[in-house]
Amino acid sequence: MAAITSPLAGNSVVEGPLIECRGITVRRGGEAVLDNVEIAVLAGEMVSLIGPNGAGKTLLLRVLLGLVKAEQGTVEARAGLRIGYMPQQLVLDATLPLTVRRFLSLGGLVPAGQRREVLEEVGISRLIDRPMQALSGGETQRVLLARALLRNPDLLVMDEPAQGLDIYGQGELMGLIEAARKRRNCGILMVSHDLHVVMAATDRVVCLNHHICCTGHPTEVEADPSYVALFGKRAASHLAAYHHHHDHVHGIAGEVVDAGNHQSGIQ
Amino acid sequence: MDEFLIRALLAAIGVAVVAGPLGSFVVWRRMAYFGDTLSHSALLGVTLGFLLGADPTVGIIAVCTAVALLLALGERQRVLASDTLLGILSHSALSLGLVSLAFLETLRVDLIGYLFGDVLAVTWEDVSVVYIGGAVVLGVLAWLWRPLLAITVHEDLARVEGVPVRRVQIAFMLIIAVTIAIAMKVVGILLITSLLIIPAAAARALSRTPEQMAVLASIAGVLAVFGGLAGSFHWDLPSGPSIVTSAAVLFGLSLVGRRLFSIG
Repeated sequence: MAAITSPLAGNSVVEGPLIECRGITVRRGGEAVLDNVEIAVLAGEMVSLIGPNGAGKTLLLRVLLGLVKAEQGTVEARAGLRIGYMPQQLVLDATLPLTVRRFLSLGGLVPAGQRREVLEEVGISRLIDRPMQALSGGETQRVLLARALLRNPDLLVMDEPAQGLDIYGQGELMGLIEAARKRRNCGILMVSHDLHVVMAATDRVVCLNHHICCTGHPTEVEADPSYVALFGKRAASHLAAYHHHHDHVHGIAGEVVDAGNHQSGIQ
Repeated sequence: MDEFLIRALLAAIGVAVVAGPLGSFVVWRRMAYFGDTLSHSALLGVTLGFLLGADPTVGIIAVCTAVALLLALGERQRVLASDTLLGILSHSALSLGLVSLAFLETLRVDLIGYLFGDVLAVTWEDVSVVYIGGAVVLGVLAWLWRPLLAITVHEDLARVEGVPVRRVQIAFMLIIAVTIAIAMKVVGILLITSLLIIPAAAARALSRTPEQMAVLASIAGVLAVFGGLAGSFHWDLPSGPSIVTSAAVLFGLSLVGRRLFSIG
């Protein structure tokens, strides 16, 4: 068995980011949903993209994945980058008979031995002949994770993977994702609207609300005034004390408003 | 057995075999209305074929292809919902087809035959068109199978995994156009969609994989053809509607079977 390399070891190798975007701007109906956004993911690094509903997190992922064209800005991916993508949810038509085995094969042919390893890694070996429609939410997420891992990815891109799971399911899934990263030393870009779900495993948090509010290590971000303004004291005070220095705050639609006129933004 | 009945059986079986896997995709991708729209435009193709002095099959493929591409472009606009767009195109194309046929005064056409099919009147040439066209359709579909299934399950995921989504979708629309052209003689343009979706829907109850459903849909279609042509032969029923009716009976039986054995 190959030694497990730490994410830091991956970072220390001199090479550019796996994927990087700069100056991304996307407008919908005249409003900038993404406004001059930049983000980068290094090899072995786990970056969490957090922000309130409607902040443009999923849109930014779609821009990075090449599913949506930005009006301005550039996306650069390392040559030959293999991306494993885990979409937000999978809604299957009931008329489509599809077993887990067949679903996994749709991503491309994989040697049986490797497939068995991945199935065991995410703990779905016993589900292999079940119809996809018969799976629970947590099982479906694991199957989606398996499909992404079967591509042997350099970068895993996940859109709210723990969505709809209870607290144990969330913990289990995050554990699997973290183990998968350690084993492969792949980069991870994950969208979440809850910092605490991704806190433990994340190297860097990017807080997005149409523009980048703040970025840094989870503990730094949690203490950042713009994070506090966005998510409220209660969410922010889970950890260390914070310093309440607003440079700007957000209105209900996420626009930056004068801090003096703002009614704390906390519900 | 009379030769005309052998020809009819061969043509209808050929169409049913092709319709199975193709119709399964039409069901999975919720494209029943799309199929209707394409087939309704086929009548315009018949007129075009006569005007150009070409075979109606060629005219149908040309017009259906044009409408399919038009719809593919139309999907990108956001002014009209896609069912509205399909509704407009579907009925305009059908009316335009009827009107244009009426203008061709010199032409005596069997309108009912075009609308509901007249499989008992097929020639050996028609049979060969069914098998050549059908082989092309099945060949292309086999080639598209995995990417098309991947798109059907999750379009974005397929795109990220490198499937050329747009090209696969257009190729799929084109083989539907060819299928309509070869199926028209058997069930007529008003009933083609039913031959695509009813056997597939009947097969669903007994299938655990997409491939099973495709094969069972072909078998269900062939059974419907035997039942329908038997009814047509013994009781002088119109052949197209008779085939579709027996397909509907099979679908009903599959529902009962699903209840009894609680499969799938």
